[in-house]
Amino acid sequence: MSSEKMSGAEMVIQALRDQGVDTIFGYPGGAVLPIYDALFKQNSLRHILVRHEQAAVHAAEGYARSTGKVGAVLVTSGPGATNAVTGLTDALMDSIPIVCLTGQVPTHLIGNDAFQEADTTGITRPCTKHNYLVKTIEELPRTMHEAFYVARSGRPGPVVVDLPKDILQASGDYIERESIQHRSYNPQTTGDHRQVEQAVEIFAKARKPIIYAGGGVINSGDEASELLIEFTRMTGAPITNTLMGLGAYPGTDPQFLGMLGMHGTYEANHAMHDCDVMLAVGARFDDRVTGRLTAFSPGSKKIQIDIDPSSINKNVVVDVPVVGDVAEVLRAMIAMWKERRHKLDKKALDGWWEQIGAWRGRDCLHYEQKGEIIKPQYAIERLYELTKDQAPYISTEVGQHQMWAAQFFKFNSPNRWMTSGGLGTMGYGLPAAMGVQVAHPDALVIDVAGEASILMNMQEMSTLVQYRLPVKIFIVNNQWMGMVRQWQELLHGERYSESYSDSLPDFVKLAEAYGAVGLRATKPGELDDKIKEMLDVRRPVIFDCCVDQTENCFPMIPSGAAHNEMLLGPNDRAASPVSEEGMVLV
Amino acid sequence: MIDNPDILRQQTHSEKRTIAVLVNNEPGVLARVIGLFSGRGYNIESLTVTEVDPENRLSRITVVTSGTPMILEQIKAQLGRLVPVHTVSDLTVSGPYVERELALIKVRGAGEKRVEALRIADIFKARVVDASHEHFVFEMTGKTDKLDAFVALMRPLGLIDVSRTGVVAIQRGAEGLQA
Ligand SMILES: Cc1ncc(C[n+]2csc(CCOP(=O)(O)OP(=O)(O)O)c2C)c(N)n1
Ligand SMILES: [Mg+2]
Repeated sequence: MSSEKMSGAEMVIQALRDQGVDTIFGYPGGAVLPIYDALFKQNSLRHILVRHEQAAVHAAEGYARSTGKVGAVLVTSGPGATNAVTGLTDALMDSIPIVCLTGQVPTHLIGNDAFQEADTTGITRPCTKHNYLVKTIEELPRTMHEAFYVARSGRPGPVVVDLPKDILQASGDYIERESIQHRSYNPQTTGDHRQVEQAVEIFAKARKPIIYAGGGVINSGDEASELLIEFTRMTGAPITNTLMGLGAYPGTDPQFLGMLGMHGTYEANHAMHDCDVMLAVGARFDDRVTGRLTAFSPGSKKIQIDIDPSSINKNVVVDVPVVGDVAEVLRAMIAMWKERRHKLDKKALDGWWEQIGAWRGRDCLHYEQKGEIIKPQYAIERLYELTKDQAPYISTEVGQHQMWAAQFFKFNSPNRWMTSGGLGTMGYGLPAAMGVQVAHPDALVIDVAGEASILMNMQEMSTLVQYRLPVKIFIVNNQWMGMVRQWQELLHGERYSESYSDSLPDFVKLAEAYGAVGLRATKPGELDDKIKEMLDVRRPVIFDCCVDQTENCFPMIPSGAAHNEMLLGPNDRAASPVSEEGMVLV
Repeated sequence: MIDNPDILRQQTHSEKRTIAVLVNNEPGVLARVIGLFSGRGYNIESLTVTEVDPENRLSRITVVTSGTPMILEQIKAQLGRLVPVHTVSDLTVSGPYVERELALIKVRGAGEKRVEALRIADIFKARVVDASHEHFVFEMTGKTDKLDAFVALMRPLGLIDVSRTGVVAIQRGAEGLQA
């Protein structure tokens, strides 16, 4: 343990460096000026100046999710901190590791309604994994290190460190990062042997197995994905991914059934419903996935691997819970499977695949591109086809375009897909893409956007231009809050209340106004050329892709319905009215 | 974690539990616990907290709550993942335990009523800790239902004020909660 006198602000920078942070997304203000001053005097830590604090957190999320590292954020007190709240909540819901430093009024003014004072730890308590108010210079370095430890260990999440200005200006002894044994927070990573054994034995007897893998696999790291692939190939079982899990298993692999859930594939949802053994890996039985709980996969034995015990038996009771890190548990399961020379019943499995083949035969993502109007699915499919060789990083906003992107893009590796799954935050995609591009300057990064969502953090165009981040914003412009319009059409008697995107800007001119490039496609025939043009530009681009205004996103499990009650297309509608129970669901 | 999933699947009635939680005594820890209960819509019937190990800065929270077996499992899991929480112990299911509550009860009364209050206090083994010609303050320790009964009997005799600690509990036997 070495020690030297430093100011609080210098300690903050030093701790960030010691924690391996190379980039921080932030916005200055009175309470954090000492940190900005310390930033000015060094050059090993890069600061990216966003245009809104919400975007700083989303950018850090994109950075974190595409690298597997902890994302870092710096904002001022009061409005800086409150602006960050949506981002923090987003990171909490999707288990993204973030450390967010917030300025605070000096300790002697706390509680005085001082200028730009907000009860930041109070406000962020329910939307962070943990938070700290640093009250003395002595506790500052350790708190900084602990914040990173908490953010990244167990089920990752956002951590806020609230820093009063007088602490930043005080001087004290810095403590280097040590391997900390936390007093109380030491999550279990190794699966209980007996439960691993039960999981293996039950899975080995499956006749109609399914693996249901989620974002936890991606959080566990690349090795978890590799082990998941090994286990899936070894057993020959079908696998589906959640929205957050896309990329955890190769999207183009024949054993992959596509995404499951509300807008998941027919084959994935039917396989979930009819399976006899379900292995949930880092997935939390979210309501978008399960549909009506009482009808969720009624005949199956369920095994669940999760590092967070509170994710187990929350919505769905499982037969074998395995608490632990996905990679560690899968490694143990694979070893045991091999050792015991297990094999799934060949005949049963063949029959199961035959059934799945029949479901696949429904071609649930089918659409027809005819006429002179671009179908949104066609736009996204062409974008995928023309970019897949570059293994792009894709972020999305929230709405129909998000679901189409999830359906039509195939990810063959983890950490390539950034989307706001749990919170469903419109305005997430642009700043997230920005964070991804900062982390991967030479990669192709595309934000698949809706014309409504993109306006929520449009100001970040300015950041893209400033830092020469060549993010491509591909707006699937249907001139509607399409997902809202779809629900109004299907559930509210076609009363389109306030869901029309009126008075839209001219996105091409808007791009130009920011100093970026604007492109527009309105005809199917010109789409490919325009996309290629976009890909050739080494600058930020807004691509205004004008699509069919009335297209709906299918398949769809209406709220309150079961997996085997999916709507496949517009003609299914009358057959399955939404129950009264379903109407109250979001 | 419950071993038999059928218990969780089948039992939909509400049960009462007394849960002991050992936490770091740090700012905000109580707010975290209470926020968890209110934010997730869980019940709190009683909650007590005080530092029990000043050297290691540990506090012990005793919370009486109720819910279906599935909700109760969630409550324990959610408590367990709070960063400053060391141990969560469900005293109701983990063997025999002792549960106590302390109350201070102020009663105003003269004449017959005054005599009657004293007589009942004697039966309930309540101690007089303050008195004047017009009032008594009784101190009483016991199980919650015993205190409830005493308070109910005092009501017609001139009950003025009640202050109760809420339930504290500890398991029987030589074992303690591990931090
Ligand atoms: C911040 C925020 N506000 C409101 C919503 C509710 N919402 C979900 S999708 C949607 C419409 C999105 O429209 P657009 O971005 O054009 O996407 P589209 O569905 O048309 O593809 C709305 C308003 C949300 N998810 N996030
Ligand atoms: Mg739209």
